[in-house]
Amino acid sequence: MSTGRIVKVSGPLIVAEGMQEAKMFEVARVSEKRLIGEIIELHGSEAYIQVYEDTAGLGPGEVVESTGTSLSIELGPGLLQSIYDGIQRPLDVVYEKAGHYITRGINVPGLDHARRWEFVPKADLRAGARVEPGDILGEVRETELIVHRVLVPPTVGAGTLARVPERGSYTIEETIAEIETPNGTRPVSLMHRWPVRTPRPIVKKLVPQKPLVTGQRVIDALFPISQGGTACVPGPFGAGKTVIQHQLAKWSDAQIIVYIGCGERGNEMTDVLQEFPELTDPATGRPLMERTVLIANTSNMPVAAREASVYTGITIAEYFRDMGYDVAVMADSTSRWAEAMREMSGRLEEMPGEEGYPAYLPSRIAEFYERSGRAICLGGEGRTGTLSVIGAVSPPGGDLSDPVVQATLKVVKVFWSLEDQLAFERHFPAISWLTSYSLYHDALRDHFRAEVADDWGRVRTETMELLQKESELKELVRLVGVDALSPQDRVVLETTKMIREDFLHQSAFDPEDAYTRLEKQYRMLTAILDLHRGSIEAVEKRCPVRKLLDLPVRERISRMRYVAEKDLAQFDDIAREIQEQLAGCLKESRTGEE
Amino acid sequence: MVTEYTTIREIVGPLVLLDRVEHATYEELVEVELPGGELRRGKVLEVDRDRVLIQLFEGTRGVDTAKTRVRFLGRGLELAVSPDILGRIFNGLGAPIDDGPRLIAEHMLDINGNPINPYARVYPKEFIQTGISAIDGLNTLVRGQKLPIFSGFGLPHSELAAQIARQATVLGAGESFAIVFAAMGITFEEANYFIRDFQETGAMERVVLFINLANDPTIERIATPRAALTAAEYLAFERGMHVLVIMTDMTNYCEALREVSVARKEIPGRRGYPGYLYTDLATIYERAGLLKGDKEGEVRKGSITQIPVLSMPDDDKTHPIPDLTGYITEGQIILDRSLHRKGIYPPINVLPSLSRLRDKGIGAGRTREDHAQLANQLFSSYARSKEVEELAVVLGEAALTGADKAFMAFGEQFERRFVRQDIHENRSIEQTLSIGWDLISRIPRAEIKRIKDEFVDRYLPKEAAPAAARGEAGR
Repeated sequence: MSTGRIVKVSGPLIVAEGMQEAKMFEVARVSEKRLIGEIIELHGSEAYIQVYEDTAGLGPGEVVESTGTSLSIELGPGLLQSIYDGIQRPLDVVYEKAGHYITRGINVPGLDHARRWEFVPKADLRAGARVEPGDILGEVRETELIVHRVLVPPTVGAGTLARVPERGSYTIEETIAEIETPNGTRPVSLMHRWPVRTPRPIVKKLVPQKPLVTGQRVIDALFPISQGGTACVPGPFGAGKTVIQHQLAKWSDAQIIVYIGCGERGNEMTDVLQEFPELTDPATGRPLMERTVLIANTSNMPVAAREASVYTGITIAEYFRDMGYDVAVMADSTSRWAEAMREMSGRLEEMPGEEGYPAYLPSRIAEFYERSGRAICLGGEGRTGTLSVIGAVSPPGGDLSDPVVQATLKVVKVFWSLEDQLAFERHFPAISWLTSYSLYHDALRDHFRAEVADDWGRVRTETMELLQKESELKELVRLVGVDALSPQDRVVLETTKMIREDFLHQSAFDPEDAYTRLEKQYRMLTAILDLHRGSIEAVEKRCPVRKLLDLPVRERISRMRYVAEKDLAQFDDIAREIQEQLAGCLKESRTGEE
Repeated sequence: MVTEYTTIREIVGPLVLLDRVEHATYEELVEVELPGGELRRGKVLEVDRDRVLIQLFEGTRGVDTAKTRVRFLGRGLELAVSPDILGRIFNGLGAPIDDGPRLIAEHMLDINGNPINPYARVYPKEFIQTGISAIDGLNTLVRGQKLPIFSGFGLPHSELAAQIARQATVLGAGESFAIVFAAMGITFEEANYFIRDFQETGAMERVVLFINLANDPTIERIATPRAALTAAEYLAFERGMHVLVIMTDMTNYCEALREVSVARKEIPGRRGYPGYLYTDLATIYERAGLLKGDKEGEVRKGSITQIPVLSMPDDDKTHPIPDLTGYITEGQIILDRSLHRKGIYPPINVLPSLSRLRDKGIGAGRTREDHAQLANQLFSSYARSKEVEELAVVLGEAALTGADKAFMAFGEQFERRFVRQDIHENRSIEQTLSIGWDLISRIPRAEIKRIKDEFVDRYLPKEAAPAAARGEAGR
């Protein structure tokens, strides 16, 4: 640890001299106000420090102290239901201390150190038993929804259990167990600290198997993401990135949600804060907030802390993954994170890469997304946990050649492309069915086959083919008009219109429509496709298209979205009506000919 | 005793570099005394050992390296606030420029403010009736929102902003309002239009003006929106008023920022604008909203609603200024040149316009139960009418189906009757919705897909028989 003096202040960057013993990425305390900063460059005894708080009023001569530790956060019970800024300061506590505005030099720990938690030890632990990092010592019921497993932290190392944990109520600092390691006896408490820029260790990564079911029809049916997968949602402003992220945070079947609001609007975080405690988990009926951690470093908060916020978020996510949970991280928006990097890079006078972004932008993005995955966690029992990452990207003007989009597409497996034309028509989610893709179809095929339907893959392919065909036909229609099309092609256009308007379009604000189970999604699509195949057959038997367009069952199909999940039997009626009405149509046209 | 420095080493554009300075701090306010005795103000942009880089708000004309004296004031740029600021006119730095009495400050507030803790915010949900159908009906403004007007040169954005200011200030009992108006680099005539309008409507005593005209110092503009928002924060959260802040033109603000950035030889982002433009704009726009009250579940009295106006260079929405603004604000109202040419006022193109707070600010108990679905139906029908119009250009109207023709007629009526209204016409939300329903009655019933049957049965005008044609082939 060393103490130096400020020599230069330029925005969030300060330079301090006399920092001989400072190390890269060490945390430093700046000035009397003890503002938090991180050392990002060293030149001899000069340290370049990015400061996580406003630097107005700082000047040369003020004291800088390095702390010897790198930027770390507290991990333990109490994370869930919290709202943090980019460096894990709980904003509700900051509010109580400092009022409506975030002032400088507020020091509050990430977790509540006074609160006591009921700890229940694992049954068969004995003194002298061998333990290694990741082994379960016991558990704390953190919220009604989530049991917090207390593990031997990776910071302690393997050894033998010297003091067996006992049932009781503990604060997060009190020792619950002691482990005899080659480096001496180490106490274990409910909380430990972990440096955010270092991925937490796992045994090994596995390929994904199960979908992250989101209840969003365009995603689950056409472009699914797996548990442990990565997805990116780029789009211009107003295309609905944030609404999609919110929908996934609300409805996806991950057990833990970490939502990172990185450089975005303050009101959006308020929305989440006010809405989530009122929404309930469909499976348990408990408030969704009980499984959620929020990181809010809004656009007007210090830019350096914004850079740190994505690391803080993903570290918390890894911590829950280590317990064997399925965790999903929503990062909204990674472009703001990249811009924070660009700003610091500019202040450091580095040679810029594309669009002024630093040359290391792609590698930083890749490292971030690579912290996702399905993994065997540390610990003797071989738990698996998953960490899915969904990142929003906000390219300037919606231009997908933006360096952040390109660097992200290189590493993610799912691409949900938002189009403003769709948003103008208020077709939401505005995910383009022509340019989006998912590379998880093969990995997820078995799961869909077993859990939903044998022909799920075929239904999806057929749907995609029809949509593809539609875009070709539309070109044609633009040139020659709809009357010049063959009856078959007109049927195709009618079908794709149904797919678009009655299946892909989904309202986030209608309680019945906001979430659709896989089973119902399948029934909806098969109804549309049944009608399609029947109609093609009918026009081939010279039934006029106009008659098919008048089938009353179309009205029912357009209301399918409002069929309650428990009333799926209604789809049998719809299927029957389709057959009856098509048969009626054919009969009429035959008698007409006679 | 304040030390004076005469150690100016370099003067570049609006920037001054000073040597051998002791104890200067970042963002500190600086007073510069020119050889003739004129006083100017500036702020510290960078301190590097004993060298200090200063940005002069009023420009560097007349500053020399020999005799000009520089004093560091040990604080940031502050605004004197008191209830008496209402009805007064200030320059772009917040100094009074009218002939009014001396202001006695209740507080001195740093114009940079502090970021609002997201936890301390209350989500805006209260509908503001602007009396303009294209806004109220489709892109609803909500109290505490920041909703910019994206315009172009020669479009009536000033008229629209003034109309909103005139009509949006209807309040419930026991509430008071204020308008804070920040002019950045606009012409005297434009500024005068607003001032006259405020005077005519008797609103002047509720208005605080911050005026930096086109011929005023460019760099001063960087402080103008901040001074205005500081006044707004005081009136809203200390005095419990509902404050509407109009800032025009944000494009001039951004250009001033670029000027400083270029003079500092910073690595430019897109189109020469600094890489921190997003962050900088956010520190302005995010100063809108509502705050929590003292007790759990309460809302603090007062609110800040922002209507920034910006002109899109070359009407290009992807230009960095509108683009970054759109990423920060809660929607945008976009003015359209072709509508303007058709003689439609206000020329709001509703399709790319958006209010992100609409869905939670409308509905039963706020406006009306059918509002959201009607709005969605109007949007998608108007979008369809635009497609049909394109189709008709290529194929001729004869090739259109019955439904297509109905949509085309709908589109035309929509622009003429829904969007267009008089500059002094103040429509109630009921009037707006009933015009909407009247238009919807012109499209085939089977095409009304975005509205639940229940609402269609209740609100669709009965006498207008819907066109018989069923929807035919795809759009």
